[in-house]
Amino acid sequence: MIYFDNSATTIPDESVLDTFIKASTRFFANPSSLHNRGMEAERLIEKAREQIAEICNVHAREILFTSGGTEANNLAIKGAAAFYKGRGRHIITTSIEHPSVYEVCRSLEKEGFRVTYVNPKENGIIEAEEISNAIEDDTFLVSVMHVNNETGALQPIKEIGTALKKHPQILFHVDNVQGFGKVPLDLHQSGVDLMSVSGHKLHGLKGTGFLYKRSSISLEPVFFGGGQEQGIRSGTENTAGIASLAKAVRLVFEKNAEPVSLIANWLRKELANRDWVVIHTPAKSAPHILNVSVPGVKGEVLVHALEKEGIIVSTTSACSSKQTKLSRILQAMNKSDELAVSAIRISLSFQNTMEEAKQFISALDRTVPVLAKKRNERK
Amino acid sequence: MNYDRILIRYGEMSTKGRNRSKFTNKMKSNIKRLLNDDRVNIEAQRDRMFLYLNGASFEDVKEKLVHVSGIQSFSPVVKTSQNLEEIKEAALLLVKKAMDGPASFKVSTRRADKQFPLDTHELNHEIGGYVLRGTEDLTVDVRNPDFTLTVEVRAEAVYLSSETIAGAGGLPAGAAGKAVLLLSGGLDSPVAGYMMMKRGVEIEAVHFFSPPYTSERAKQKVVDLADVLTRYGGNVRLHIVPFTHIQETIHKQVPENYTMTSTRRIMMRIADKIRQETGALAIVTGESLGQVASQTMESMAAINDVTNTPVLRPLIATDKLEIMEMARKIGTHDISILPFEDCCTIFTPAAPKTKPKTEKVQFFESFLDFEPLIDQAVRETELIMLPKKEAELDDLL
Repeated sequence: MIYFDNSATTIPDESVLDTFIKASTRFFANPSSLHNRGMEAERLIEKAREQIAEICNVHAREILFTSGGTEANNLAIKGAAAFYKGRGRHIITTSIEHPSVYEVCRSLEKEGFRVTYVNPKENGIIEAEEISNAIEDDTFLVSVMHVNNETGALQPIKEIGTALKKHPQILFHVDNVQGFGKVPLDLHQSGVDLMSVSGHKLHGLKGTGFLYKRSSISLEPVFFGGGQEQGIRSGTENTAGIASLAKAVRLVFEKNAEPVSLIANWLRKELANRDWVVIHTPAKSAPHILNVSVPGVKGEVLVHALEKEGIIVSTTSACSSKQTKLSRILQAMNKSDELAVSAIRISLSFQNTMEEAKQFISALDRTVPVLAKKRNERK
Repeated sequence: MNYDRILIRYGEMSTKGRNRSKFTNKMKSNIKRLLNDDRVNIEAQRDRMFLYLNGASFEDVKEKLVHVSGIQSFSPVVKTSQNLEEIKEAALLLVKKAMDGPASFKVSTRRADKQFPLDTHELNHEIGGYVLRGTEDLTVDVRNPDFTLTVEVRAEAVYLSSETIAGAGGLPAGAAGKAVLLLSGGLDSPVAGYMMMKRGVEIEAVHFFSPPYTSERAKQKVVDLADVLTRYGGNVRLHIVPFTHIQETIHKQVPENYTMTSTRRIMMRIADKIRQETGALAIVTGESLGQVASQTMESMAAINDVTNTPVLRPLIATDKLEIMEMARKIGTHDISILPFEDCCTIFTPAAPKTKPKTEKVQFFESFLDFEPLIDQAVRETELIMLPKKEAELDDLL
């Protein structure tokens, strides 16, 4: 199997799994328990927190563990809205956010908040200036993703953050689920107040993730209960999951990103040479995502055809691929319906090799003419 | 251009005459242990120290250096020859690196090598002019610049830097001898320990542990506090003294309003025993005058009665708010405020004597020989070396 769907989820690293199993067996106690076993579990969690904080160059208490990216995004946006509603009622986000940001904003609209959804340029990139232009007197939150999950387009987080420094009343949330460990982001330079990260996109496990929350910021909890995670995220800590997350984060930051870019660049060059391929991913993108269309061949059909060749890719994002709707992201980029319906996403990881990329290209060259011929026959 | 070295300026150390090499060597070994990075080479000179990074990240090293006592300030440095063109080129690169948008700057030259053909004024002018021509959005402001480019012309080389970072000051940990610190887990004692470390004192921390009345967590809290202290340059050895039996005995033996005084006296005696065993010369406490019943002048006199050893109280004249502020700064505040019972809070009488009489407490204690109990507690003391290594946890992560 050639697995090119790493933006949907990654294959868990074996040593990460190993950590999960060992921690589940050895540190099973409730970290809040008073006995020694409980305390050991708590130590493990705090060590994991310190390790992640150090990698992010932030303080340990600024890391809040969650069940993943969706929860981190919900907690950041809903939590900020509930806490800072006295400060303002207006939120700025983009039309290309992941549903766990987009739909949260939609639901806040029903609660009386106003939301501006900034559209990207045709290349899928948001202009920092457009965010600035959308600021109103009572804007209290800006939420922009770092790397788009469908196109890989890299958003100008540093520029947006720099512009927002003139507006200290506005919080800046970054959904970094697709970018973390792939594209460097300096949280301090970019003035980021909140950042969401998911474990299973980093060869970690599903059900793990964290929210970075600058210590000067408060959030209203979304879950109430035993007051874990500084009272912001109640629920018995997922000790083994947290340990496995810290390990996955460490491993991904130790990996050299260069091989992935080399493979992606080679793929991009090869695909650009084929006049029947349209590339949607802009030059300014994360190194691991390529979104392309073969006009005339439905993305869904191509995904299944490639699967028969043992190659796993996806149409747009996994989260929306089961819906029949066209990609909201590609539509926001003003792509035609024909292009949107034929889009597929190739997403790489450091586990992939150049050999796999070559096999992918030859499989594509074999498959597409057959599919196109069938379609013409039907016509 | 990457920084290839860091220049460290000593604080008071440079006034220490013949002891200086002892001080610089101590600081060198403290830094080496703290950085724990084989790539970094340290060269201690008479009046300055150089760290050769050899590929280590300046930012990482900086994080750790700011806490090391004995350092007045430090700067990431680029070294050039005395060739003026080379100096100007390096200056321009450094300024470009320091700029993030429009900025003002000034050049500040020190010419230690008086043989150099240009004087400081001419050098400032030459370098500043070259940098201005090579950049945009840069202005000169000699009064209140955003940053200062320092150029130091020495006989062997020229050192340039655009950044000076304040150090912790004080003396290198361990350079002024050893003392025993009574470490309770509260806010005050870690700060007292920090202040002594800053003055070059090596710390043997003593904590009194009363299971099952106090939990493992209270102990872990103290381990964590002592571990934070190691950031400031020295190793800390933490002695955990089993105290339950003694506390129970005092409660049976001494009238309730005098138990606190008596408990403190026994603690002091145990600390003094550990001081003798470890070769320390003084006992350090976090007492602040009048803060609680045991810290009135009368209490201190009654407690101090048990020993002739100097008892150092660096916080004696500070207010609680100042102590909290300092605890925040050194990173012990958040650990100290964790709500676990320690041995002091659990046996506290409802109305402890604020003005105990030394003769009375001596009289109450005279009915029982505490010496064997004290010896036993010292014998059963657990020793924890810090900074801690948690191999099992580290393996998992």
